[in-house]
Amino acid sequence: MSKNPKVELSIPIIPDMELAATQTSEVVARHMGLSQDQSDEIKMALIEACINAFEHSKTEEGQVEINFAIDDNTLVIKVTDQGVGFDSNSVKIPKIEQKIKSDHKRGWGLQLIKELMDTVEFESTDEGTTVTMTKKK
Amino acid sequence: MSNFQVTVKEVDSVIVIATDGYLNNIGGEKISEVCDEYIDKGKNTFLINLEKSTVVNSIGVSILIEIIEKLQEVDGRLAYCNLASIVEKTFNIMGLTKYSTIYKDEEAGVSDLTS
Repeated sequence: MSKNPKVELSIPIIPDMELAATQTSEVVARHMGLSQDQSDEIKMALIEACINAFEHSKTEEGQVEINFAIDDNTLVIKVTDQGVGFDSNSVKIPKIEQKIKSDHKRGWGLQLIKELMDTVEFESTDEGTTVTMTKKK
Repeated sequence: MSNFQVTVKEVDSVIVIATDGYLNNIGGEKISEVCDEYIDKGKNTFLINLEKSTVVNSIGVSILIEIIEKLQEVDGRLAYCNLASIVEKTFNIMGLTKYSTIYKDEEAGVSDLTS
């Protein structure tokens, strides 16, 4: 078996297809011996990353690519879309006190990913976005 | 594709909504429709039993924030019970617990909401 196993997944932009990605993350987390809480945090972060990728893509065509790589005791997940890109620095930290009075109640995905994973990085151009997130064992 | 289902019952004055399935936008809208229906009937206390909804996304949870806002207008309360650990963590990160309450189970929720 490879010392640093990798899993590559490509999912279509179809509602609820993010759950296909979480099934893979569960298997990978189990292989690494991560706890159930850690596995659930990865699933939640992955759901949010996939939903963001679906929305950035602005189209129901195309695919979202998901790569899982186990590097020693760290799981590295990359979620890549071929959408229009976005500036993560322009995304304000959501506050429920503001959301509750606002017409726009959404916009929590990045905050959840940051809180649930150990590290998160964004690379975005007008040709697509890659979110790289890690979880240590 | 979504197979989200809700079961509704009234216990004392509390409307208990038991969900089953992925709490995404469709699930959130179904809960919201139930709340709207009962708010129109004059009810203002809701307990959502999420025992069978162990997977959520932020869009579905955002719709719960809409329900909280609607209930503020009728001096109502929203609460939840039987949350999976990751769901409770998500609610805490999003700040829902500042405006709504988490109970261990349905009995504890109904008891406190009717006291």
